[in-house]
Amino acid sequence: MRLNVNGKAYEVDVEPKMPLLWALREFIGLTGTKYGCGIEQCGACSVHINGAVRRSCSVPVGDVKPGDRIVTIEGLSPDSSHPVQKAWAELDVPQCGYCQSGQIMAAAALLATNPQPTDTEIDKAMTNICRCGTYQRIRAAVHMAAGTGKGGSGSIIHMMTGAAASPVAPAEGKKPEREEVH
Amino acid sequence: MNRTKSGRSANISRRKFIVGSAAAGGGLALGFNLPFAVEPAAAQGTAGGNTEVNAWVVVKPDDTCVIRVARSEMGQGTHTGLAQLVAEELECDWGKVVLEPVTPGQNLARKRVWRDMATGGSRGIRGSHDYVRQGGAAARMMLLQAAANQWNVPVGELTVANGVITHAASGRSTSYGKVAAAAAKLTAPDPKSIKLKDPRQWRVAGKPLKRLDTANKVNGTKVYSIDLKLPDMLHAAIKACPVYGGKLKSYDESKIAGWRGVGGVVPVRDDAVAVVANTWWRAKSALDALPIVWDEGPGAKQSSATIAAHLKDGLTSSDAFADTNDGDAPQAIAGAAKKIEAVYSTPFLSHSTMEPMNCTVRITANKAEVWMPSQNAEASLATLSSASGLPLAQCEAYNLDQGGGFGRRGGTQDFVRQGVAIAQRYPGRPVKMVWTREEDQAHDFYRPISQCKLSAGLDQGGNLVGLHIRVSGQSINAYLAPHNIKGGRDVRQLQGLWKSPGDAQIGYTVPNLMIEYAMRNTHVPVGPWRGVNINQNAVYLECFMDEVARAAGRDPLEFRRTLMKNHPKHLAVLNAAAEKGDWGKPLPAGVHRGIAQFMGYGSYIAAVAEVSVSGKGEVKIHRMVLATNCGHAVNPATIAAQVEGSVAYGFDSLQNEISIRNGRAVELNFDTYQPARLYQLPKIETVIAPTYDFWGGVGEPTICVTAPAILNAIYAATGKPVRTLPLKNHGLKIV
Repeated sequence: MRLNVNGKAYEVDVEPKMPLLWALREFIGLTGTKYGCGIEQCGACSVHINGAVRRSCSVPVGDVKPGDRIVTIEGLSPDSSHPVQKAWAELDVPQCGYCQSGQIMAAAALLATNPQPTDTEIDKAMTNICRCGTYQRIRAAVHMAAGTGKGGSGSIIHMMTGAAASPVAPAEGKKPEREEVH
Repeated sequence: MNRTKSGRSANISRRKFIVGSAAAGGGLALGFNLPFAVEPAAAQGTAGGNTEVNAWVVVKPDDTCVIRVARSEMGQGTHTGLAQLVAEELECDWGKVVLEPVTPGQNLARKRVWRDMATGGSRGIRGSHDYVRQGGAAARMMLLQAAANQWNVPVGELTVANGVITHAASGRSTSYGKVAAAAAKLTAPDPKSIKLKDPRQWRVAGKPLKRLDTANKVNGTKVYSIDLKLPDMLHAAIKACPVYGGKLKSYDESKIAGWRGVGGVVPVRDDAVAVVANTWWRAKSALDALPIVWDEGPGAKQSSATIAAHLKDGLTSSDAFADTNDGDAPQAIAGAAKKIEAVYSTPFLSHSTMEPMNCTVRITANKAEVWMPSQNAEASLATLSSASGLPLAQCEAYNLDQGGGFGRRGGTQDFVRQGVAIAQRYPGRPVKMVWTREEDQAHDFYRPISQCKLSAGLDQGGNLVGLHIRVSGQSINAYLAPHNIKGGRDVRQLQGLWKSPGDAQIGYTVPNLMIEYAMRNTHVPVGPWRGVNINQNAVYLECFMDEVARAAGRDPLEFRRTLMKNHPKHLAVLNAAAEKGDWGKPLPAGVHRGIAQFMGYGSYIAAVAEVSVSGKGEVKIHRMVLATNCGHAVNPATIAAQVEGSVAYGFDSLQNEISIRNGRAVELNFDTYQPARLYQLPKIETVIAPTYDFWGGVGEPTICVTAPAILNAIYAATGKPVRTLPLKNHGLKIV
C-alpha cells in the first residue's frame, strides 16, 4: 500500500482496515500523531489529508488513495516555523503536550480555510479534547497565529501582592498536623 | 522512495515472529528512540567535560547549567519551577539552563540524594523548595570558592551574576564553566551555613518565565512512554475482567490462530489476558476477537442503584465517627428558629489521562527494566522489583514525562505489574503494553463516590448557630492504604473540612459544629483524583452555604464573611475573588453570579462564576475569576495555566459520572464520558495573592471551587439548588 506522507512516498504492507493512525505510528515511525480514544472523539490523532483535518484513528488505510497528500505534525513545517507552532510556543500553550499535535493540526487546518476566525468559529472548529485544559491559551494562540491581535497572551493574571502575612498558618517549614499525601 | 518493512504474514512461528517483528515500527528506517540511552543520566564526577558540582547542578565547559529534577512532569510545570528555584540561588544564566531527569535506581544508589520522587498532592514545588534551593546555593558557594582559590583572594570580594564571577578589585572575571572542575573537588558547605534569599528579592523564581519543556511539544518529536521504540520490541494489548474483583476463567486462542503478526496470548495475573503481536493495532484487533470467559464474581450484582442505597444508609447510621464535635450541633439545630436540611451526592469520576496507561518492560535473567509514565518513579521501580522477583539493585525504571497524570499514575502502579507479567513470557525482549481508551476508562481508580447530609440552624437574626455535616461514602484509604486509617477514623475523606490548620482547614467558625464520616465501601476501585476529596466536600459545604444564606435572607458573600473572622487567610482570598470578580456589581440580564471558597494542599482558593441558564436548560458559563494564595508564587504564568486547567478538569465534576451496571463501568469512551471542550470554557481570570509566609500547592486546589461557584450561580439563576451531580440528571447541559 502506498502512502504519501509529508511529501515522501512510503510503501507499507498493512491490512487495508488498519487505521491510518497506526500505519503512521507503527509502520512509518511518525509518533507525533497520538492515540487518544480510537473513536474520533478526542482529535489527538488529527492529520491533514489533502489539506483537510481528519481524525486518523478512524480513517482506514485502504480508504487513502495513493495520491492523497497526508501531512502529520512532523511535516507541518521543517523547523517548527508554521505560524500556529510559533504561536503555540510563544504562549506556552502545552501543558503535558500529548494532545497538542492534534490541536495544532486542527488549528492549522482552520486557518488555512479561514485566516481570521472569530471566537465562535474557533469554538466550532477546535473540538479536540485537552485534558490539561489549555483551551484559553489555545484560543489566544489561534488568534495570534491569525495575526488578528485578539486573544492577548492567553492567561489573564491579577497579581495582588499587597496582602500582609497573617499568623494563622503554621510557621514556614512546620508541617501541618494533617495533610493529604498521595 | 522510503521503504519500511511491515510485520510478517500470518501463521508465523514463534521464532519467525521474534525475527520479523524486530523490523516493524520503522525503527530501521528512522532510528530507535531511546530516552535515557547509554549513559546513565546522573553519573557522578566529571564526564566528557561535564562537571557535577553537586547532585542538583552539572556545569558544562560552555557554561550550560544542567539542573537535575527528581519529581515527575505531567504538564503541571514542576520541572521549570524547580529549575527556577535552583537557578535563583545558583545565580547562573537562565538562558543556559537545561533539565535532566534522574532515575530511581540512581537515587537509590546514591542514598536518595534527590529525596522523594513522588509527585502528587500538589507538592512538587512545596515539598522540595528548601533542599533544591540549598542545592543551588551550595553549588554557587563552591563555584565562587573555586574562583577565589584560583585568584588567591577572599571569597567575600567576589560577585556573581548570570554565571560570571567577578573580582572587581583586580578587574578579573571568569565563568562557571571554567571553575566547575575545581569547584567539584571542594567540600560542600554545611547546609546550616547556607542562607537562602528572601523570596521578595527573587529575580528568576517568582517570575512568569516560559517553560523549558515546550519546544518538542509543538513539533511531534517529544517521546512519551507510548511512543517508545526499542530494538526487538513486542506489543501487547490487554483486557482485564470488566467486573471489579472478577477473574479470568478461560479464552479460546484458536479463534485468533494465524492472525497476522500475532505471537501469543498471555494470561496476566489472575484477572486479565493480553495478546502480544508485532504491532499494537494487530494485538488489539486480535484481542477484540478473542473469546474470553470471565468469572465475574459477586461484584456483577452491583449497580449505581445498589451503591446509592448503600451510601444512603450511611447518612443516618450509627457507625459514623465525628471528626469535629464542637458544642451540640444536633441540639442547636433542633432548637433553632429556622432549620435547613439537604442531601447532596457526587458520582465516581475517571482520570481519563490523554495518554492511556502503558509501559514497556524488558526482563533478562539478571536485569529488569521498565519505561513508564509515572507520578512515582520509585514506586514503579519497587513494583518492577517485587513483580519480577529481582532485587532492586538489578532493576531500573526510566520515567518519561506523562501525557497527563491527575493522580492516576502514582502509588498503584497496576500497569507496571501487568507489564512485568507479560514481559516475563518473552525474556530479553522489551514488551510495550498499551491500554485502549475503553480499558483505561474501565479500570481506573476512580474518584470515590459519596453522599452528604447537611443540616443547619439559624437564629431569629439569621445567624448560623449550628451546622451538622455527615459524609457517607467510599474510602480511598480502605482501598489503597488501610494503614492510614487510625483507630477506625478515616479523616482523609473529610479533607477540606478539617479543623486543624495548614493544609485543608474549614474556613468557618460555627459555635455548634459536627462533622462526621460514615465509611461505605463498594467493589469499585478508588484512588486520588486530582484534588482528591476537597472537590466533593467543597461542593457539599459551599453549595449548602448558599442555601443557608438564602434562607437567612443574606447575600452569599456577606453571609460567609460573618463566619470567617477567625480565618483571615480564607477571608482574604474570598475577598480577592469577590473584588476582581466584581461581586455585587450589575450584570447583563439573565446572568448570575456564584461564589465559593475552600482550602486544600496548603493553599487558599476562591472563585466567582458568571452564568446564565436558558429555558431549555442550557448552562452558559461566561466568566470565572479564581483567586489563590499559595504562599509563594514561583511562576505566575504556570499558576495561571494550572488555574485554567483546574476549571476544565472541574467541569468533570459537573458533567460526568462513571455509572455502574452489572458490576462494571458504563462510560467507556469520550462519547459518553465528556471532558470539557473549548466551546464550553468561560473567560478565566487568575488572581494570585501570595502572602510569602508559607508554601502551598497549586496543581490541585482550584478544582474544588470551580464546581460550587458554578452551581451557586445556577442556583441564583434558577432558584433551585442542584444537589446531585452530574447536571444532566437535572436536564442541564453546559453549552
